[in-house]
Amino acid sequence: MPEGWEPVIGLEVHAQLRTDSKLFSSAANSFGADPNTQTTEVDLGMPGVLPVINRRAVELALRAALALGCEIQPLSTFARKHYFYPDLPKGYQISQYDEPYASGGKVPIQANGELRTIRLTRIHMEEDAGKLIHDDAITGGGVSHVDLNRAGVPLVEIVSEPEIRSAEEAGAYLRSLRSILRYLDVSDADMEKGHFRCDANISVRRKGADALGTKVELKNLNSFKFVEHAISYEIKRQIDVLEDGGALVQETRLWDDKAGETRPMRIKESAHDYRYFPDPDLAPLRIDPEWIKEVQATLPELPLEKRQRYEQELGLPDYDAQVLIEDRDVAEFFEETVRLYPHPKTVSNWVMRSLLGFISESGQELRQLPLTPSHLAALLELLEQGKVTAASAREIFQEMAGSGLQPADIMRERGLEAVSDSGEIEALLREVLEANPSQLEKYRGGDQKLFNFFVGQVMRRTQGKANPKVVRDLLSQLLR
Amino acid sequence: MRINADTVLRLADLARLSLSADEVERMRRDLEAMLDYVEKLSEIDTSDVAATAHVLDIATPFRADRVADLLPVAEAVRNAPQHDDSSIIVPKVIE
Amino acid sequence: MSTLVSRSLCELAQLVNAGKASCREVTEAFLDRSDQLEGRLGAFVSLRREEALREAEDADRLRARGEVRSRWHGLPLAVKEILVSPNLETTCGSRILRGFRAPYEATVLGRVREAGMVVIGTTNMDEFAMGSSCENSAHGVTANPWDLSRVPGGSSGGSAAAVAAREVPVALGTDTGGSIRQPAALCGVVGLKPTYGRVSRYGLVAFASSLDQVGPIARTVEDAASLLGVIAGHDPRDSTSMDVGVPDYAAALDDPPTGLRVGIPREFVAEDGADPEVLERMHDAVRVLEAKGAKTVEVSLPHTPYGVAAYYLICTAEASSNLSRYDGVKYGFRSEAATLDEMYKRSRSEGFGAEVKRRILLGTFVLSAGYYDAYYRKAQQVRTLIRQDFQRAFENCDVIATPTSPGPAWPLGERVNDPLKMYLSDVFTVTVNLAGLPALSVPCGFTSAGLPLGLQLIAPPLEEPRLLAVGHTYQRETDWHQAAPEL
Repeated sequence: MPEGWEPVIGLEVHAQLRTDSKLFSSAANSFGADPNTQTTEVDLGMPGVLPVINRRAVELALRAALALGCEIQPLSTFARKHYFYPDLPKGYQISQYDEPYASGGKVPIQANGELRTIRLTRIHMEEDAGKLIHDDAITGGGVSHVDLNRAGVPLVEIVSEPEIRSAEEAGAYLRSLRSILRYLDVSDADMEKGHFRCDANISVRRKGADALGTKVELKNLNSFKFVEHAISYEIKRQIDVLEDGGALVQETRLWDDKAGETRPMRIKESAHDYRYFPDPDLAPLRIDPEWIKEVQATLPELPLEKRQRYEQELGLPDYDAQVLIEDRDVAEFFEETVRLYPHPKTVSNWVMRSLLGFISESGQELRQLPLTPSHLAALLELLEQGKVTAASAREIFQEMAGSGLQPADIMRERGLEAVSDSGEIEALLREVLEANPSQLEKYRGGDQKLFNFFVGQVMRRTQGKANPKVVRDLLSQLLR
Repeated sequence: MRINADTVLRLADLARLSLSADEVERMRRDLEAMLDYVEKLSEIDTSDVAATAHVLDIATPFRADRVADLLPVAEAVRNAPQHDDSSIIVPKVIE
Repeated sequence: MSTLVSRSLCELAQLVNAGKASCREVTEAFLDRSDQLEGRLGAFVSLRREEALREAEDADRLRARGEVRSRWHGLPLAVKEILVSPNLETTCGSRILRGFRAPYEATVLGRVREAGMVVIGTTNMDEFAMGSSCENSAHGVTANPWDLSRVPGGSSGGSAAAVAAREVPVALGTDTGGSIRQPAALCGVVGLKPTYGRVSRYGLVAFASSLDQVGPIARTVEDAASLLGVIAGHDPRDSTSMDVGVPDYAAALDDPPTGLRVGIPREFVAEDGADPEVLERMHDAVRVLEAKGAKTVEVSLPHTPYGVAAYYLICTAEASSNLSRYDGVKYGFRSEAATLDEMYKRSRSEGFGAEVKRRILLGTFVLSAGYYDAYYRKAQQVRTLIRQDFQRAFENCDVIATPTSPGPAWPLGERVNDPLKMYLSDVFTVTVNLAGLPALSVPCGFTSAGLPLGLQLIAPPLEEPRLLAVGHTYQRETDWHQAAPEL
């Protein structure tokens, strides 16, 4: 970025709520179904239909707001936002306008090694629109198809204050928010599936200036990769225009991924007059203090709190903590294993290498695996007791992660017990020393490195199952 | 309140109506007459009066999160002036 | 004229329950009467002769086996063409809903069906219930049975005319600013607008959602009570439906109110807008109640003169929103065009009539940026004052009596070019909707020219039993409701 400029960025994130049914109708909230198979007359905006709000959607919205530290309004209202578009069946969207259910709040972010918080303006609930299909291969050309499966799916819109100062911070904000929503089970927050969408308001100003520059709204940021590219591009574009002595227009621009640039939308945003007014079909939404308490009591520890605890209380390195908290299921697996086998760093090593490795190779999710924390704890016990070697333990892990069998059973079945019998090992050591007289002589002559050579020979003869500690102790005695 | 033809045209555009020149003039006159009539409301001081959006003093009731009453796709698209087996069809939308 | 068609719903139920007439005979009598009159009246948009007779025969068979669904099982009614059902075409008097048949059923029609009643047809109305004369319909005008050159009132003009002409014993209407009570008054029949939230709006095509209610139109208060009992009740599909039990409205009729205090609002009496004959008939009616022990008290509803203004700002705002869905995409009429925007504009311009467009434009204006506070919000504040007026008035009286309409039915065409004058004819009815109250219109005599007039009785929320008891007491003392138009 050229010197002397400061970008001012505010993000509006739409996150789909993980409900079974839609916000105001009993149609399924599901992704990827055949067009127009997930609707009721309410989603189609048929004449005479009426909305009835889904309690679970409100509860999930409440969870998100409480976890983000928002203030909950005891009474909030739904308003109609009017515009004509074929994916909006009623000609208006039911949203919250001047009286949203949650205000304030903050999202912690870590960018450039620094921890800070981005404040939120508000969160409100609204219904999603349907989808238009323009692809000529599907429509036959010249027309668009309307699919209303998504119409009425519950969303929360999370609006940040314009406190974000770079594309990297925007990325960190989105990652943090996504991780929080996933931790809360509020949203799948999958950007590729459109569960998590982002619009950005961007302006730039001279460093030190108080006044804000002309704001551009950037839409269509539908992958993490695009968001940072698009914001960087737009910041640079605005600075270039201003440095060339030009002026910016307040407008809505779309990110065109193919061209790698932003371009103005054809439909001018300024032509809209949404004519919000309170929806007469829906009385005010009341959220009782009791309900708030109930939901508050079920909130999980959030990713950043967890990360700090791992570092401070469990003494894990920053890198380990960051990797472990990424996925809430993995973090919980880790914690439960540590409860059973209280050696955090050892558990962390195994979770990061063996468990995450297995997950990424198998393409499965942790919750689909038959593996439990007690499996891993039992395996680590065997290792610590010297009943298996590290190499065998890794082999056992692969087997038990796939089958769910107990590590001790796998060890016995595969004959992976470590040889710890000192008589047996001593006999093997004597054989090795006798078979390698010249090496023995060199060792006695002072070549200490050959100690490991003898150990290696024993390990080879036991196919790695000899308890290395016993081997070393006995060898030291024999060579004394 | 004076209403001019441009205002009528702007409202018609917002409401997706196209009006003939005669209609614009008629609507302009009728709107103006109505707005003159409702001007009498300004006689009342409402500075401390709450707005009534709903006559029932209730909070909105909740529905359980259950899937039910899905329309078969044929029923969903049947009333559309242009449709195929699964989709409602409109003139090509350019974004 | 078959004697069956002169009977009330309750009388017909007695005949059928006593085996003195079959459901088929009854249904056929009304269908024949309708066939004979419709050419002159135009009350119906559609008649379901075949289906209705089949349903009546089914009812006779079930009744013979003792499987009686309700007292009204197999008896006919008509339905305003604004309630949807897979069995009916519902166009709301509009070209834009041409051919529309909903894939679901309005809650009230489900209740009517469960009671075993037979829908003989759908009745005409002002387009999307916007009008006071039944002249704004894509299906043509409906005539007043008492004078075919005059309007039947609106917007439920078809239902009121059909009941008055003995084409059907009872009908369903809807009332947003007087659309049940005013045509009932102008056609000399009974009309009841229930408390807002008493009857489900699910499947009632919305005009102004915070004001709309479905209610009965009948010749007797007893019949209106019966039909209200069928349709009233909580509906989980309507978030504005009240979750309170439904009283036995018919039983309430036999419980005549004692020590009744009838409030006469000073403002209605003084308003120079009302025809002197209208006020005379109202006072005559009040004297009938006084003779039965009622006391009259003067009450004040000071914000009444602002009712029409507040009402038209609120109802047009809501209407402009509710009618956004008619865009030629999902159902109804589409005018083909190359671009989406042209398609929208052509479909809506060709699909909606002049009055609907006028109200959409006014509603769009009052909600638009810069005008919301001055118009829409102001109207909502005045709505609060109007509610408070009624609350205060009901501290001193049990029901309020007013004329239903400032005058009798006017000649067809007289006001179509003067929308404001048409709106002003709603002056006595709109405040009731703004306050969400129940109100009943009962026939209370005729003008010197022989045109019927109505007495409006208003009660506090959910006091339909009180209204019906007072109305029934009045009808026991008078015979206005027995008078039939000569057709």
